[in-house]
Amino acid sequence: MILSIASGKGGTGKTTVSVNLALSLDRVQLIDCDVEEPNDNIFIKARIENTQDVNVEIPEIDYEKCLNCGKCADFCNFNAIIDLPSGIKVFSGLCHSCGGCALVCPNEAISWKDKKIGIIRSGTSGGISFFEGILDIGEVRPTPIIKALKYQIRSDIDTILDCPPGTSCSFLETVNGSDFCILVTEPTPFGFNDLKIAVEALKEMRIPFGVIINRDGIGDDEIELFCKHEMIPILLKIPYNEDIAKLYSKGEVFIDYFPEIRGQIVSMLNNIRGRKNEADCSS
Amino acid sequence: MKQIAVVSGKGGTGKSSLVLAFASLAKNAVIADCDVDASNLHIILNPTILKTKEFIGSQIAHIEKNKCTTCLACYLGCKFGAITKDIEIVESLCEGCGVCHFLCPSKAITMIDKISGYTYISKTRLGILVHAFLKSGAQSSGKLVNEVRKNAIEISIEDNKDLILIDGPPGIGCPVISTITGINLAIIVTEPTFSAIHDLERVLEVNRHFGIKSVVCINKSDINIKNTSNIKEYCNRNNTLMIGELPYNPIVNSAIVSRKTLIELPDSPFSLKIIEIWEKIMEVIKD
Repeated sequence: MILSIASGKGGTGKTTVSVNLALSLDRVQLIDCDVEEPNDNIFIKARIENTQDVNVEIPEIDYEKCLNCGKCADFCNFNAIIDLPSGIKVFSGLCHSCGGCALVCPNEAISWKDKKIGIIRSGTSGGISFFEGILDIGEVRPTPIIKALKYQIRSDIDTILDCPPGTSCSFLETVNGSDFCILVTEPTPFGFNDLKIAVEALKEMRIPFGVIINRDGIGDDEIELFCKHEMIPILLKIPYNEDIAKLYSKGEVFIDYFPEIRGQIVSMLNNIRGRKNEADCSS
Repeated sequence: MKQIAVVSGKGGTGKSSLVLAFASLAKNAVIADCDVDASNLHIILNPTILKTKEFIGSQIAHIEKNKCTTCLACYLGCKFGAITKDIEIVESLCEGCGVCHFLCPSKAITMIDKISGYTYISKTRLGILVHAFLKSGAQSSGKLVNEVRKNAIEISIEDNKDLILIDGPPGIGCPVISTITGINLAIIVTEPTFSAIHDLERVLEVNRHFGIKSVVCINKSDINIKNTSNIKEYCNRNNTLMIGELPYNPIVNSAIVSRKTLIELPDSPFSLKIIEIWEKIMEVIKD
């Protein structure tokens, strides 16, 4: 089962839920797809055993062959190739690696070279097989790293994907193909606003989902009313608790200290698995 | 005219709450919500929209089936897996590069504009708010941030404003880089948790990479006093100015619930601290 943990709003507790969930399972893959700011390993403390570069292809101009016709610059929809008086210039940060410039070049002056945009690395911690991606500073495109991470998904054990915040391309790339998505939110108008956007996105993608309300008690009950009205299951409520906040600040997980929440997490997982099996049977 | 942006790396550290408080204190500012993925300022500012504009983030391929000879040239040429073997476009994967359009021998593919969101210029009780809505799954959040910032600059020139106050997105990628490019000061809001410190270091590196001056503010500073002093030391070592710290206070959430900024609540030691921080920021951007 592939379970993604997402939120819309940042800082609602995706990482907290992901790591505590992973630790509640015996054998599991945990993949931190928040490649701009990966935090899971602060809590999991896996010993990193493997590191590999993630490269994208960018164009390289052979200026001996370049006719300065500007066709590549005209074609590029991303402004990654500009026709300057001094010659054709590549802005590799903007390149989407579509290959169009090389196709339109009349003199085969464009070839491809690899450019590193980040890394993925892996290790183990207890029963957790852990992966994370890290985007290089100054790079703009997280999705190729998320793709590389998702190649690591195994079908024989459960996989937890910790998503980046928001609902744009990197969120989409991560949740795409999940069996179920857990949306972690907090009971404030900010959390509610961003939850609704994430709900719309998941409905469009036809991914089944439920909601965890984190820091329950700090705000209002709009989210609960919304979920009831929309028939969205509230999977779990984690109360606001200073001790949980303090454990988090030190990079410690809470399930060891709050056995009752651990119990609730385990039954939540069984519940989700039940829903998935039901859906598999009926399809 | 000066531009300052509140960013964080990690989400949920209190960017929007601080921007809103600053907006109450700024005398002559345009407010810009550049967290286009999950914009929140409008919830508190209850804006009256003056101008709405469609945002064309990218193009998208469109296939005219009656012209298609299923030669598969488009399928083979697409680097994004956005065309299936049955020659259907997977909209969410299409990045609008135009390679399929170029390769199609029977001119069955056209590139059409894709509306990925909207930009708004609005009136609020605290002045003009420029903001945007990005459709979920849209690709071009960096480009939309640029649009919002362009609007902010235009308004500030028209209305003679001397400050643009920007609420930034979390992370360090495309929309963050678009947010900080060319600003005068980045205020990084962090909290004393290992996660936030890790993210603070990354966002500071990004700012250094692009030559952006940064100051740091610690929110919820009493959650972990040891981490708070570590952040201060770190800033010291890296010649980054600490402009203040705010203890955890539940009134931050009650302000959001009552749709008010922290400055619009009755005066408290907490709001006085925010005023102090704001005065320091004004000092820093003077030179």
